[in-house]
Amino acid sequence: MTERPSTYRPDPELLLRTIQREQDRQGKGLLKIFFGMCAGVGKTYKMLQAAQEARKKGTDVAIGYVETHRRAETEALLPGLAVIPRKSVEYRGTIVEEMDLDAIIARRPALVLVDELAHTNAPGSRHTKRYLDVKELLDNGINVYTTLNVQHLESRADAVAKITGAIVRETVPDSIFEQASDIEVIDLSPDELLKRLAEGKVYTPDRSRRAVDNFFRKSNLTALREMSLRITAERVEDQLRDYTQDERISGAWKSGQRIIMGISPSPSSVHLIRWARRMAFTMKVNWVAVYVERSRPLTETEKHKLAENIALARELGAEIVTTADEDIASGLLRVAREQNATQIIIGKSTHRFRFRRHILDRVIRESGDIDLYVVGALEPDTGTPLFRMSGNLQARALHYLIAAGVISGVSLACYPFHDMLGYQTVSLILLLVVALLPLQFGAGPVVLAALLSALVWDYFFIPPRFTFLITSGQDVLMIVVYFAIAVVTGVLTVRVRTRERTVRLREEKATALYTLTNDLSSANGQDAVVQAGVKNIGRFFQADVVIFLNELDGDFLNAPHAASTYTPDQKELGVSAWVHWNEKSAGKYTDTLPFAEATYFPLSGPRYPLGVIGVKPRHRLTLDQENLLQNFISQISSALDREFLNEMAKRTISIAESERLYTTLFNSISHEMRTPITALLGTAETLTRLTGDGQTDLLRQLAADVQSATYRLDQIVQNLLDMTRLESGLLRPNLDWCDPGDLINSVLRKLSDDLAGYPVTVDLPEGIPLLKLDFTLIEQALINILRNTATHTGKGTAIRIAVAAAGGKCILTISDTGPGFPQEALGKLFDKFYRGPGSTSGGLGLGLSIALGFIEAHNGSLTVSNAEGGGAMFRIILPLPEETNISPETRHE
Amino acid sequence: MSNIPRILVIDDEPQIRRLLDVTLGSQQYRVLQAENGREGLRRAETDRPDLIILDLGLPDADGKDILRQLRSWTDRPVLILSVRNSEDDIVGCLDAGADDYLVKPFRTEELLARVRAAMRHRQAAHESPLITLAGIEINTDTREVKKQGSVLKLTAIEYSLLMLFVRNAGRVLTHRYILEQVWGPSFTDETQYTRVYVGSLRKKIEDNPAHPRILLTESGIGYRFAGE
Repeated sequence: MTERPSTYRPDPELLLRTIQREQDRQGKGLLKIFFGMCAGVGKTYKMLQAAQEARKKGTDVAIGYVETHRRAETEALLPGLAVIPRKSVEYRGTIVEEMDLDAIIARRPALVLVDELAHTNAPGSRHTKRYLDVKELLDNGINVYTTLNVQHLESRADAVAKITGAIVRETVPDSIFEQASDIEVIDLSPDELLKRLAEGKVYTPDRSRRAVDNFFRKSNLTALREMSLRITAERVEDQLRDYTQDERISGAWKSGQRIIMGISPSPSSVHLIRWARRMAFTMKVNWVAVYVERSRPLTETEKHKLAENIALARELGAEIVTTADEDIASGLLRVAREQNATQIIIGKSTHRFRFRRHILDRVIRESGDIDLYVVGALEPDTGTPLFRMSGNLQARALHYLIAAGVISGVSLACYPFHDMLGYQTVSLILLLVVALLPLQFGAGPVVLAALLSALVWDYFFIPPRFTFLITSGQDVLMIVVYFAIAVVTGVLTVRVRTRERTVRLREEKATALYTLTNDLSSANGQDAVVQAGVKNIGRFFQADVVIFLNELDGDFLNAPHAASTYTPDQKELGVSAWVHWNEKSAGKYTDTLPFAEATYFPLSGPRYPLGVIGVKPRHRLTLDQENLLQNFISQISSALDREFLNEMAKRTISIAESERLYTTLFNSISHEMRTPITALLGTAETLTRLTGDGQTDLLRQLAADVQSATYRLDQIVQNLLDMTRLESGLLRPNLDWCDPGDLINSVLRKLSDDLAGYPVTVDLPEGIPLLKLDFTLIEQALINILRNTATHTGKGTAIRIAVAAAGGKCILTISDTGPGFPQEALGKLFDKFYRGPGSTSGGLGLGLSIALGFIEAHNGSLTVSNAEGGGAMFRIILPLPEETNISPETRHE
Repeated sequence: MSNIPRILVIDDEPQIRRLLDVTLGSQQYRVLQAENGREGLRRAETDRPDLIILDLGLPDADGKDILRQLRSWTDRPVLILSVRNSEDDIVGCLDAGADDYLVKPFRTEELLARVRAAMRHRQAAHESPLITLAGIEINTDTREVKKQGSVLKLTAIEYSLLMLFVRNAGRVLTHRYILEQVWGPSFTDETQYTRVYVGSLRKKIEDNPAHPRILLTESGIGYRFAGE
């Protein structure tokens, strides 16, 4: 057993990530980022310089998009670099020039230059952002050079905004920064930059002169410079650590730490998310964003903000966990324990409300041994919480008005009868109304109604009337109890009702999923699965659905399935094709091709893509519904996968059936043809032997003639049978290891009669590796070639067989010193039934075409030419197998 | 009973049976004939032949089934004689217990050599620790191997391989069988081992390893130790 150093303990997560990254890079292009603190440091210049160097080394470099800003020294670097013309996009009456992604992919340069990674594309482009274009280029195996400023990194945008006061809108996710295989920092001291600025060497947009002046202050520049240098330093450290991991240099080993943060619909959550990501990145640990879902329904704006926040966290590498709890603090802590969190990040609330601070206090008190980081808010949440609590202000106000109106109306109706009823009865009637209100309204209006009704009752009904004064102690007690009961019943009913609504929604979701899975599992065949999927998505999401199915062999047919409920036009078909090729969702509400009418998702099985589904809902889906839709799609995918496998199994069975039939037939034919030959040959041989001494030589000669004729007949039958096997398409080489020397020996032994009189030399150098091939097929191919050589040259012709291995190939040449082939015959030698000019007798002209067929079945090639010194030369090239691992003297009893 | 060895030929073609009768009869064997599988099984049971020559394409049964039925009660040598020349058929029969396999059409010389090898294998295994075969002397006690008087240095694997071949001289051994016997049952798929070690063994025991005369390759099937 190999010994493991006991001190070494690799972090499996990290190891996995390294492997992942290696795999990611296989077949993908490499990304190099020229990174700077701000505009004007010379990133584009440096990028072009590097491109020119690459060009000189012979790399195929093309410019996808480069902005020189007419700077002479930059433009001087352009000559010699191929430029891929930009695409003109019309947007609101003006023509905007954008990079032509499709043209670059079609042209396939080895390296393409794409300036300004953070650029936002004009509406109508395939992707909303340029970095997504770059990702697609990388996916297509094209290397990319690009430029980026520190302020455009998503996780730094906040900090830059704080330093410079300029809000950054164009950002790229940090993940693309991490994907880069190389990052070159273009560093310039602030003084030098300011000097260049003063000399007019830095391009600045004229329209915002003052903002620019504000931005390019020395203090700002110093801070930005520090930031960009630090980021790069962090990355270097990261790479160093990866290296340590790769090279298994054991160093300090970090136990699995995990950071947890709470995520909410609040805009200040964004700041917290970026803070958490930065910390997780610096500490090299995983982080989890937790959303604690409460029964209080979110308003539409809150839902969208939450979706945005969750998307941001996911983009920045967080794992998202959703849990349901009325108490945020306990929900957060529960998840923290489940996930073995070592750190919790929580926002410092500037709330005046006790309630919010209460959460913080609780977390501090109950977090136990988990470290806690309290992060300051970026901007005070002034005022907003109040409004947020009330949400949709207009509707809410109406609710308050109605609640007040109902109380007033009922009081008014009771007023004339107050003598008859007695003021205590009125209180009961009002209480009933307050208890009924939650059926329609939320907690706020109900509390208002309770308060109002208490006041009305006091003022109009409790003696002395028309004053809030209460004389009787009993009445004081009554009004207090009344108010308490009104508030408690009201609020409790509200709570029960919201909870009931949450439960109902969940139940609806569960039912929908259940119906879907039920329909899918009872569906038999692909068409039925598609129908069930379309029906269920259509019903539950009020959406039109289109489904494209792949062929069984994986070909994508961009034609909608018959069960689809809408027909996509040409433009939509472009989107579905993109989704198929890239296996990513695209279309409406996504960053890719957002101008489509529907959203398209890939249907992918565990082994291969199955198709594409397009969904066009009548209303935009909520976050919940989107998640549910994803669930639906994965259910449909796995049902489709099941049907694909079924279909494939059926095909395999039918192929196996016909193969079996073929083999039976083949066996019986070969039996019928060869048995008489065997009898003939054997008899002739025995005759030759028996007609020994004392018999005439003539008899012996005749028997020998029968024997050799039969031998030839046997060869012809063998050739015909081989040809039949080839033509049937069922020939599958049975690959096994083979020693090339063994192969040649076996061939020469079998041909000892045919090659008698032909001096054969074998040139087999030491160290030729084992081959992996079907021994009998290649043997037969070599026999056919050598037999051909023997019949087309005269006795005494020297034959040389040489073997060489190079570049993953094994090259076998068979050359002779005969006359060679006439030029016009060379091209036809491998044709079926072709017989060379002047060929004597015998043979069907099948031997060489069989040899070619057998060799091609091994992914090899067979060519023939006339050697320079005369004579024909056949060259066989076969692929060499991967290096074999022969463990020496191991033996298991 | 006489001590003339008896050979049962199970083949449906009368010409082939007659041919074998003449060929084998001339070599002091007695030939028994059966024209289908059922009769073949019956005669094998009643006549107890010393060797059975079996065709695969019989009118009433597949020869492989007959082979399996024979192997369920007897270990008499069985030589398959068939037109089927695919490796699958040959290896399948050998793994199912056939002693040898000869493809039709065949050379009479070849057939006689195979018959002799199969018969000899039936005789008692070597009792003496000294074996001499094809110019190679082996002392199984000291594990010393000599060729033309000089000692050969064999590794443990090479020695096991050589002994396996010597004990089965004249018989074809499939790659699978060799791997199982020498390396162990879990190595039956490591077919590259046999190529490498047979190569190194040839370098030591063959006069001209490039043209082996002792350890012969059977295309796609395995190896045969040709020393008689």
